[in-house]
Amino acid sequence: MKSRQRASNAIIMILLFGLAVLFLAPIFIVLMNSFKGRLYISDAPFKLPTKETFAGIENYIEGMKKTKFASAFGWSFLITVGSVLLIILFTAMTAWYITRVKTKLTNGLYYLFVFSMIVPFQMVMFTMTKVANIIHFDNPIGIMLIYLGFGSGLSVFMFCGFVKSIPLEIEEASIIDGCNPVQTYFRVVLPMLKPIVITVAILNVMWIWNDYLLPYLVIGRDYKTIPIAIQYLKGGYGSIDMGAMMAMLVLAIIPIVLFYLSCQKYIIKGVTAGAVKG
Amino acid sequence: MNRNLKKYFPLFVLPTLVAFTIAFLIPFLLGIYLSFTKFTTVNDATFIGFGNYIKAFQNHDFLNALWFTTKFVVVSVLTINIFAFAVALLLTRGKKGTNVFRTIFFMPNLIGGIVLGYIWKLIINGILARYGVTLTYSETYGFWGLVVLMNWQMIGYMMIIYIAGIQSVPDELMEAAKIDGASRWQLLRHVTLPMVMPSITICLFLTLSNSFKLFDQNLALTAGDPSKRSSMLALDIYNTFYGRNGWEGVGQAKAVVFFIIVAVIALLQLKITRKKEVES
Repeated sequence: MKSRQRASNAIIMILLFGLAVLFLAPIFIVLMNSFKGRLYISDAPFKLPTKETFAGIENYIEGMKKTKFASAFGWSFLITVGSVLLIILFTAMTAWYITRVKTKLTNGLYYLFVFSMIVPFQMVMFTMTKVANIIHFDNPIGIMLIYLGFGSGLSVFMFCGFVKSIPLEIEEASIIDGCNPVQTYFRVVLPMLKPIVITVAILNVMWIWNDYLLPYLVIGRDYKTIPIAIQYLKGGYGSIDMGAMMAMLVLAIIPIVLFYLSCQKYIIKGVTAGAVKG
Repeated sequence: MNRNLKKYFPLFVLPTLVAFTIAFLIPFLLGIYLSFTKFTTVNDATFIGFGNYIKAFQNHDFLNALWFTTKFVVVSVLTINIFAFAVALLLTRGKKGTNVFRTIFFMPNLIGGIVLGYIWKLIINGILARYGVTLTYSETYGFWGLVVLMNWQMIGYMMIIYIAGIQSVPDELMEAAKIDGASRWQLLRHVTLPMVMPSITICLFLTLSNSFKLFDQNLALTAGDPSKRSSMLALDIYNTFYGRNGWEGVGQAKAVVFFIIVAVIALLQLKITRKKEVES
């Protein structure tokens, strides 16, 4: 009985190990190819670099020049951080208000926010781009406000769910102590929202950092984020510089992996909570 | 408290509401209106009734994309959920060191669609090169390429949700079933599965809507080639808007149809699986 158990354990471990190799292989293959000369990539992507094909960091230099990677990273970073801060600040306030003040208006707003979650981006793609253009939101600051608007559905919904679980007495006590609603919110309510703030922030960071189509349509001509810069590398009809492409894929993955490894616990908790609510 | 807070509407709600109106509400309503008109920019629209919808459903590319997307959704929802559930079962057998695997399996989920698309383009083209063809040689390759890519991306995410579900099954329940002489298969079929039904609801919902709305991966992997035959709905709508002059109205009509399909599926699916859930 015991040896059978041990054998089945060994089989499970082997299975899991094999799967892990399969999951990591694509990233290693890209990493490996990023050090090969660009002409040696497409033909034999699974061959290790040899003396002939090894190109050092040439692909990285070439790719960074072609994509202006440093500036793309800067825009991605600025837009992601700015949008997420705006989303957290404003949607949490909104969620608290529409949960605590019960009127027909707030109730209607709640359902409107929930409704917006099921609308696919393609539905508003063209008109949103036009509106952004007309009111001059087609710049890095404007796009943060667009992210606030388009992302408010999920964020308000998640904050509302959490606010409902906070006992009203705590807020009432602070009112009795002489706080006005603004003080109550920032001093009492907001600190209690911390776990859900982390969840909402992570979900939005993952969305905005990786988003391609929205920034491409709204600000893509003048400000290229990382996904836009990578897509531009493909260009029109010409052939792709595979070396530069591999190097840029590696550079695009590094920040994500670092982010993941440094706040893995929160990320997994966050996406699970997000899924359960969504 | 309530009355006191009420007058703070401009501070607490207005900023979000204004942004929401600009980025969602106006574009949404305008989009519905424009789908009944002929236009090239927003201000030159003339009303033409259902003309755009008729054109959309006569459009070969659209019907092809609809069929391609449907096939893709069915295959990827099934494969992702079966694999993710199987991996979750393996990881919840109480062995040490499984956290490392969890970390590895989940990672692809964080990588953006464009990057994912180009990673898999390299690999699949590398494999196909042995047979002298490329990804864009036939839409079948594009189809299976997308399925593999989507599995790689989503299995880890779904696995995490299934693990949470499986771990919440009470031990007493498993013990009781074992004492009653249930086999391993019976345990899975009659205890675990009904108890994790809520997780299955969530996972089906997430994989369904993510597969249906797929865009970035499609654009990067095949860009619809050969000749739009591997275009999914989202990409077809994009190409109708920006790739064909005078067809903006048809693009918007396609987008409305797309929205209705996504909404109906989401609601139906939630309703059906909610019924099957067991109270614990």
